[in-house]
Amino acid sequence: MIMEVLIASSTEEICELLEQDSSRQLLAGGTDFMVEVNYRHRSPSSVITIDQVPELQNWHHDGDSVVVGSCVTYREIERGPLATLVPALAQAARTVGSPQIRNAGTIGGNIGTASPAGDMIPVLSALGAVISLRSSEGKREVSLEDLIVGVKQTSLRRGEFIESVRVPVLDSPQEFLKVGSRSAMVISVTSLAFITYPKTRSVGIGLGAVNPIPTRAKEAEVFIADFLDWETMQVDPSGIDHFKDLVSAASSPIDDHRSVAAYRRKSIGILAQRALTRVFTEGVL
Amino acid sequence: MPNDEQPHLNVNGKRLTIQKSWFGESLLFTLRERLGLYGSKNACEQGECGSCSIMLDETLVCACLVLTGSATGRDIKTIESLAPEGSLSTIQQAFIDTGAIQCGFCTPGLLITIKDFLDENTDPTELEIREAISGNLCRCTGYGRIVEAVRIASKTHDESQGAS
Ligand SMILES: Cc1cc2nc3c(=O)[nH]c(=O)nc-3n(C[C@H](O)[C@H](O)[C@H](O)COP(=O)(O)OP(=O)(O)OC[C@H]3O[C@@H](n4cnc5c(N)ncnc54)[C@H](O)[C@@H]3O)c2cc1C
Ligand code: FES
Ligand code: FES
Repeated sequence: MIMEVLIASSTEEICELLEQDSSRQLLAGGTDFMVEVNYRHRSPSSVITIDQVPELQNWHHDGDSVVVGSCVTYREIERGPLATLVPALAQAARTVGSPQIRNAGTIGGNIGTASPAGDMIPVLSALGAVISLRSSEGKREVSLEDLIVGVKQTSLRRGEFIESVRVPVLDSPQEFLKVGSRSAMVISVTSLAFITYPKTRSVGIGLGAVNPIPTRAKEAEVFIADFLDWETMQVDPSGIDHFKDLVSAASSPIDDHRSVAAYRRKSIGILAQRALTRVFTEGVL
Repeated sequence: MPNDEQPHLNVNGKRLTIQKSWFGESLLFTLRERLGLYGSKNACEQGECGSCSIMLDETLVCACLVLTGSATGRDIKTIESLAPEGSLSTIQQAFIDTGAIQCGFCTPGLLITIKDFLDENTDPTELEIREAISGNLCRCTGYGRIVEAVRIASKTHDESQGAS
């Protein structure tokens, strides 16, 4: 069978091509897509290549937030201005795959794949990212939680694609931590994003690879607030153990070829503690 | 691209005619099995080993993760373009001098990767070198001599040479 490959040059064109035939599949960096093609798990009859669409390849600073096009690569996110504007996103991008993978793989593709182990997921979740979707019908904005509805399942409608991701510029400490079997080229066993919101004196904790859908450790976020001093950036150590337990309790991990549930549950708590004490020094308030 | 035009790939500065029926293959497959460019190796077809590394529009990528139909009209450089026929680039020479090659299967991918890396980093630390080659698996050497070769090549590397 001959595969039709359509190289889109604008978002308008993507809309049109999808309107003509919504069964056409989108190809961005190909780092997930092509593995499936090579292993015959996916054999589309028509593909729209979107990674050379300028609107999708760019990002811009817009007031208190940055809007990152869906085809911005990890390489772009991990270095340069974006790394200063959204440090946790950059830290996560830096842990993805290898230079070759980071040169090709995109943020939109990570969301599109909707894998629980996708490294952008916990960061976007902790940042309260807003995802812009586009189709010939128009645009709509959704939260990540509304978009990723199951393991490798999104709520994208027919003919709809991810246009961009909006995240806040907070100018405050952020951490991304990941557990894997080596420090490069590794899919997360567990990962965690820790974002501080000094204005509201709160923290956001996104959990990676321990739940089927994007998850925040909400109870832990609320609980630890009482143990933080935002003037001195200290945490009362008496709150840490329970905080850790609450984070672990927010996970519902599984056993698979990469790890076991018990280890995941334990390590996600440890990552939370580590992130917390990197940002807040321990001291009795 | 208009439908009647014969599709082609730009590989190492040459315009190579391809068939539409190859569009759904990986670029690695097309390069090797259709165009006879066997320098890029195939060991995993899933982005893990880096032995198929090429330059696509001056960006280092795995050819096994590029769809042939998406690569039309783009600039492709493979290991075959690293040095003119009959000569060696400084990186190749350094690999030979240090004994960084055993079976040689990983070597083409490493050479492309290192060339790309040294074009941007003229004085790399060992950590930077190891990070740069973290997507290239070598089953033989244990990497020590490869790192040594990169260090030696970094002293003599000339950006104007070969691919990229
Ligand atoms: C060797 C290797 C290592 C890896 N390491 C990591 C890692 O450490 N961490 C990690 O998180 N991931 C990792 N990955 C997975 C992959 O690189 C990422 O998920 C990447 O972000 C996918 O992006 P892409 O642009 O390559 O997407 P593609 O492969 O092009 O597409 C992925 C899916 O998303 C859909 N899609 C793409 N763009 C859009 C859009 N704009 N709108 C709607 N749907 C869209 C596609 O149709 C497809 O279903 C790795 C992959 C490989 C091969
Ligand atoms: S064959 Fe492409 S990375 Fe292994
Ligand atoms: S020399 Fe044999 S794989 Fe590297």
